[in-house]
Amino acid sequence: MVVNSVHWFRKGLRLHDNPALQEALNGADTVRCVYILDPWFAGSANVGVNRWRFLLESLEDLDTSLRKLNSRLFVVRGQPTDVFPRLFKEWNVTRLTFEYDSEPYGKERDAAIIKMAQEYGVETVVRNTHTLYNPDRIIEMNNHSPPLTFKRFQAIVNRLELPRKPLPTITQEQMARCRTQISDNHDEHYGVPSLEELGFRTQGDSLHVWKGGETEALERLNKHLDRKAWVANFERPRISGQSLFPSPTGLSPYLRFGCLSCRVFYYNLRDLFMKLRRRSSPPLSLFGQLLWREFFYTAGTNNPNFDHMEGNPICVQIPWDHNPEALAKWAEGRTGFPWIDAIMTQLRQEGWIHHLARHAVACFLTRGDLWISWESGMKVFEELLLDADWSVNAGSWMWLSCSAFFQQFFHCYCPVGFGRRTDPSGDYIRRYIPKLKDYPNRYIYEPWNAPESVQKAANCIVGVDYPKPMINHAESSRLNIERMKQVYQQLSHYRGLSLLASVPTIQEEAEPPMSDDSQASSSSTGQASSPPHLSITAPSTPPLSESSSPNSSPTASTSVPHTQRKRVRPSETPSKQKTKVKHTSQARGLELKMDDKQ
Amino acid sequence: MPFYVDAEGWNKMKRGRSKCQSFTPSEGRNKRHRSTTPVYVQTGSTNFQNATEETWGNLPHHVVLHIFQYLSLVDRARASSVCRRWNEVFHIPDLWRRFEFELNQPATSYLRSTHPDLIQQIIKRHAQHLQYVSFKVDSCTESAEAACNILSQLVNCTIKTLGLISTARPSFMDVSQSHFVSALTVVFVNSKSLSSIKIDDTPVDDPSLKVLVANNSDTLKLLKMSSCPHVSPAGILCVADQCHGLRELALNYHLLSDELLLALSSEKHVHLEHLRIDVVSENPGQTQFHTIKKSSWDALIRHSPQVNIVMYFFLYEEEFEPFFREETPVTHLYFGRAVSKDMLGRIGLNCPRLVELVVCANGLEPLDEELIRIADRCKSLTAIGLGECEVTCSGFMEFVKMCGGRLSQLSIMEEVLIPDNTYNIEQIHSEVSKHLGRIWFPDMMPTW
Repeated sequence: MVVNSVHWFRKGLRLHDNPALQEALNGADTVRCVYILDPWFAGSANVGVNRWRFLLESLEDLDTSLRKLNSRLFVVRGQPTDVFPRLFKEWNVTRLTFEYDSEPYGKERDAAIIKMAQEYGVETVVRNTHTLYNPDRIIEMNNHSPPLTFKRFQAIVNRLELPRKPLPTITQEQMARCRTQISDNHDEHYGVPSLEELGFRTQGDSLHVWKGGETEALERLNKHLDRKAWVANFERPRISGQSLFPSPTGLSPYLRFGCLSCRVFYYNLRDLFMKLRRRSSPPLSLFGQLLWREFFYTAGTNNPNFDHMEGNPICVQIPWDHNPEALAKWAEGRTGFPWIDAIMTQLRQEGWIHHLARHAVACFLTRGDLWISWESGMKVFEELLLDADWSVNAGSWMWLSCSAFFQQFFHCYCPVGFGRRTDPSGDYIRRYIPKLKDYPNRYIYEPWNAPESVQKAANCIVGVDYPKPMINHAESSRLNIERMKQVYQQLSHYRGLSLLASVPTIQEEAEPPMSDDSQASSSSTGQASSPPHLSITAPSTPPLSESSSPNSSPTASTSVPHTQRKRVRPSETPSKQKTKVKHTSQARGLELKMDDKQ
Repeated sequence: MPFYVDAEGWNKMKRGRSKCQSFTPSEGRNKRHRSTTPVYVQTGSTNFQNATEETWGNLPHHVVLHIFQYLSLVDRARASSVCRRWNEVFHIPDLWRRFEFELNQPATSYLRSTHPDLIQQIIKRHAQHLQYVSFKVDSCTESAEAACNILSQLVNCTIKTLGLISTARPSFMDVSQSHFVSALTVVFVNSKSLSSIKIDDTPVDDPSLKVLVANNSDTLKLLKMSSCPHVSPAGILCVADQCHGLRELALNYHLLSDELLLALSSEKHVHLEHLRIDVVSENPGQTQFHTIKKSSWDALIRHSPQVNIVMYFFLYEEEFEPFFREETPVTHLYFGRAVSKDMLGRIGLNCPRLVELVVCANGLEPLDEELIRIADRCKSLTAIGLGECEVTCSGFMEFVKMCGGRLSQLSIMEEVLIPDNTYNIEQIHSEVSKHLGRIWFPDMMPTW
């Protein structure tokens, strides 16, 4: 029987460690490598030019590599559901292979294609390689729910066998066995499109520092591993001003597009570590960044609303402000805080920023200063950030906005001090905001505090040449801490987010039975967990301990004797506690979290 | 006793459901109970088992009431349209003691608002039942104005607690001061037994506080008014002088005075339990911070030995000069932005009552010495949080050893800890866990 294979590239834009592609080649008579791209979608989608360029470069690289194997890449214009029936017939396809996509949208799309393939009598072969582990397996090992803390996740990974070993790259011999006739007009029909064809105007002065493609990825990997000192000492690289600039050994965009296999990266790190340190297996922390990625993929795989606040069971509902004007200032780097503006400029120009820089701007937009929804920030990153993956992007934004994953400790990054600490020289600012280049170091992170004479000497007057700060950070962080407290205190049995000096160590057992008139007059009223605005009780009781959500169940706990009331552990959470939580979905997430801790 | 429906009861009710629909008004009237105390329907619960005709409609009042107490307002409203009996229960005053008005505009908030019809119904029908009232408003001025409009209609009320809460930017500040003040004083004048008032970030002023004092001095226990720029030290002093039951107070540092502390320490005054002070500066050098005399703090502690004194600092480093030069009885300290090493050193020397300390940021110099001094001198310290600071792993271990098990909360960002020759991060985790007697990890942020 004739086997005509199609390998469908989506992510995983590489020939090395590509099991699905190997399956396509296995015993096949012909193989065609396909990428499906909708030029109309390209123009309308919320994806910026840098990300498109990276993708097209990766496709070019793939095509170049395939040419060396006497094959070509087929870039097919259209939508998968329209394209495949046509291809199946035209090419007489009998086997379709692709890499597993764990994200909800991808799973839905793939299920439809698999069904369609069945109808056409096409066998489908799917292999998981975008992540080290199968997210479903981790979920299964965590009692069928995704781990919601990184520690928990690590504990599970520790119990798992090592990721599968990577496969070698496709060889000429393999490809020769399933040569496909390439028509003369291949480029016309199936060539990699240009940015112009996708409707982007490209400027000649393109600054782009991240060149897409597998070839570049493997070169970078080698350079990355050359920094042996780092791996040998096994220390977190200490962040310095230099870390903020794009590094020639940075790999995250290549992992995102699958130009580099995460398993290849993993095993290279591991082997190097073991070679340099002839001792037991390397600690998990060696693979920090890879594991974070896995963590978010696992959290998102069964949650179609992972990128939304509403309807997302692990996301705390926070009354974010809706303020398009402020959002635009942030997104366009016009906040008046050089540290924030430089980062956003770098992001827009180059498509990559350091993870601490991501923390800084994400905190500023959400809980730290502007109190704008993380969803808005996530969308901007989706447009601009080369390595933005749906799961990792949404998950990180939830984390940094204190919306999920239960960050324990509430503190705001200072948009002045954090930058100064990271890069006291201010060179980073000067590179991305040249207007400020003549400011002395002392004022470069807070130009509005520079005396007029200094501003004049630097040829940049704040309020004229560079914006005034859009917000008073001291005042806004004071307010935002209060707001976060409001939110978290409504989740009555929640103790995760520690605000510390807000005296949040709620000790409900300290509350004595109420005896004054308000209680006596109506035994069924009001004093559910504490009087509405006052915890007039033991000295250790915090001032801000009201935990009820007023409209839901004013009298919920009156049937429980006061003496029984205490900080309820999740395992013994009586239903009355649950009723006090306004958003049941939140309660679920929080309980999960606490289970995690046990 | 907690109420629950067992499987049998649930089935009975389900079976009864269809009958409820044929429930006639006359039956309802026959069984109507007018009293509002729940006790009167005690008999209902025994009847429930024996009744020949168990229907949803003749569930005893107190049972329905009990169920309703577990439902959200929206669910109660839906349930109230099931039958007349349930509708009666819906209006029982017990269910209207506590209400949170949510006022948001679609353009500025993701949240829904309390329906205008419901607001009207509450004002007409349940205003006199309201006791615990709060308003949550978004960042839009209109929302804050709507809240003021409702406040000014709460005439026939006996409100005990009132909270005005801005969920985003503080929009009450944008309402005209006269509008706000007149609305607020309506409540102050009409509800004469207010015990708790939260009016942070509002344009409340001295005259309105006078009205508050004149009408509620016997009952007032809590007053939170951080960042209320129209109140003067004299205004708050007047409250402290007259309201002897005040137990909890939150204000900005510029309102704190020696006189205020002495007034709160008078013989007539009950023990103060919580004093929260926000120290905020707009721009470096523009605000001069006064000092409080040690004798005034001493007087307060003599009078209220258990008082929690919580201070939030949002200052520039150079503005810390006036603080903690002498012994200060502060218990909880939060530094929202960079704090000088020098200041932290003084805290170790002069804050013997310190319980919790948060340092969000500091310079690049390790804080080893300062922390060790704090561990040594602040014997009550049980919680600490460190953000953008640096401590060597050895210094941190020393700190943890000195504090030991009394550290109930230890939130340290991973980046804070600098590995040295003695400890790396992995070792720190196990060593600290050993000394705390529980599993401990530094706090992490995703490397993304």
